[in-house]
Amino acid sequence: MKFVPRGRVALATAAAAALMLTAAACSSSSTPGGSSSTNGGAAGDVTIGIVNLNLDNPFFSTLGKGTEDAAKALGWKVMTAAAKQPGDSATQVTAIENMITSKVKAIVLTPASATALNDAVKKARDAGILVITVNGTLDPIDTADATYATDNVQAGKLIGQWAKAAGPADASIALLDFDLSDGPAKGRHDGFLAGYGIAENASQVAGEALTKGTIDTGQSAMENLLSAHPGINLVYTINEPAAHGASTAIQAAGKSGVTIVSVDGACSGVQDVKDGIIGATAMQFPDRMGSKAVEAIATFLKDGTRPPSGVTDSGTELITDHAVSGLASQDSTWGLAHCWGQK
Amino acid sequence: MTPATARVAAADLDTGVGSSSWWRVALTGQVTGPLAALILAVVIFSTTTENFFSGANLALVVQQSVVVGTLAIGQTLVVLTAGIDLACAAIMVMGSVVIGRIAVSGNVWLALLAGVVVTVLLGAVNGSLVSLASLPPFIVTLGVLTALTAGARLFTDSASYPIKSTLLTALNHGPRVGGVTITYGAMAWIGLTVLMAYALTQTKWGTRIYTVGDNPHAAELVGINVKRVLFGVYVVAGLIYAIAAWQALGRTPTADPAGYPTANLDSITAVVIGGTSLFGGRGGVTGTLVGTLIVTVLQNGLTHAGIDSLYQQVATGVLVVLAVAVDRLTRTRQSR
Repeated sequence: MKFVPRGRVALATAAAAALMLTAAACSSSSTPGGSSSTNGGAAGDVTIGIVNLNLDNPFFSTLGKGTEDAAKALGWKVMTAAAKQPGDSATQVTAIENMITSKVKAIVLTPASATALNDAVKKARDAGILVITVNGTLDPIDTADATYATDNVQAGKLIGQWAKAAGPADASIALLDFDLSDGPAKGRHDGFLAGYGIAENASQVAGEALTKGTIDTGQSAMENLLSAHPGINLVYTINEPAAHGASTAIQAAGKSGVTIVSVDGACSGVQDVKDGIIGATAMQFPDRMGSKAVEAIATFLKDGTRPPSGVTDSGTELITDHAVSGLASQDSTWGLAHCWGQK
Repeated sequence: MTPATARVAAADLDTGVGSSSWWRVALTGQVTGPLAALILAVVIFSTTTENFFSGANLALVVQQSVVVGTLAIGQTLVVLTAGIDLACAAIMVMGSVVIGRIAVSGNVWLALLAGVVVTVLLGAVNGSLVSLASLPPFIVTLGVLTALTAGARLFTDSASYPIKSTLLTALNHGPRVGGVTITYGAMAWIGLTVLMAYALTQTKWGTRIYTVGDNPHAAELVGINVKRVLFGVYVVAGLIYAIAAWQALGRTPTADPAGYPTANLDSITAVVIGGTSLFGGRGGVTGTLVGTLIVTVLQNGLTHAGIDSLYQQVATGVLVVLAVAVDRLTRTRQSR
């Protein structure tokens, strides 16, 4: 056994340990208060915490910025922290604990997990902190004081109904999903099927594949599905980058007459609607979630009125240049004026 | 470091490199197991699904392998030195968004050149931190990965650039043979594999990489400049990531800062399944090519079979652990 390089095993272990330390350090180093404003007034020394998710993603950065701007406009101080990816609840738990210690008045949380944060959130509420989740809910739903989020089932329903009315009559459907343990992903998936009026195992569904919600993974998934089921003519996608990748795969395969539907309302996605790449998309409004959460906190701090428990829908809008009767929608020009992210 | 370890290291080398028929060395040993697994997977999917075994689908499998496969060639060089490159895909993505952004203003040759400069420089950053500063590759490349992931978003303002230039998408085109397109990208990938297989087994540069990876102390004793070898490996890897960036722009004609989120781990998976030892000093790029194809065939074939995508990941995970276990077992046996 003398040859087996134990030194390197030890090194690898040390590296892994260091990785965990780095992760922990990231979370604590990102928690000090943001640039504070000294606009005291009636607000006094109000500090709120914003626990975000994956700032690399323009959706979450729009949501975080919307929250922060609304809070700063009221003269509040802001503490921020962000998990690196969906599922990274450990970073968020640490952040919430730090915010409890720092005695924030309220926390606006974009949950990385529906259940893993429950204990931390309970501790915060026990300490008298108002906890509002945005974009996603906790399970059970009344773990947090209130939620402002897109009704993802409704978003899925809108594009499902549109696809039924405007899509191919004899549909062969591909479903390009994101990990279905993710709440919004499951909501959109179920909503689409409900809106289209079919069950999970319906014969119209040719195949499903997982993507990471990016262009390249959407393309690979669509290539594989098209190769297995060349007759696919209707594609549900979890978001617009996946839709864009799917359309590249469809073009490369020389297919025409394939309808793609999606969810998000990012500016690049709305542009794809305008360019005829995406048939219809359901737009969501991340900045509205943040500003509504801040309004609710302001009311609570003023007179102790708590926001309504459960989900308050921050709204969805169907964006398409092929409107169908009986289904309210806006065209891509309106969409480009109201979209989020880079134009 | 005992004389015994040095002796075993030298014995290891004899079996790995320096033989007269390099192609035989490249094909025997570490490649046999992965190749058998690949053939088995192809046979199973061909007999159990309707559309898997067709020219068009097999060509698709190759096209889907090209980007990760090219990254994995660079990854193999790094792993052979007992290192690991978590930043490979991030370097590639940075290269591709630099190319995409400069190409918007017109000069695509300049864009391509800038992309190469960026990836080689980033490889040199990795290389100097690993060699000169003697920092662990895991931590160095983790740091570079983290910074670049954000850096690519900052550089582009999180926008992605559609690629319209025929030069930049050239690798996704190629001659049609029997109704199937053989892309230049696929040729480049296979050509690069052959070139590197030759360089690793038939040149002093390659011998030094194996020696350093197998036992850096022994390498120093025989007069090899270990730091220079390590630095060189990361720089060459950076150059290979530039080729991967060009491949990626052809395959997905968008320079996307969010693209290829798991390609770094995919490349490590391909290297490990291909039989290259994570402990360094053993393996090669031929196995990596086979390893890349195995992962793609699993994804593609299981989709054809209509099996839940999560099982694709389970299958890949099982293969990775199996490959490492086999490596560990053979190493232990050799040392006795």
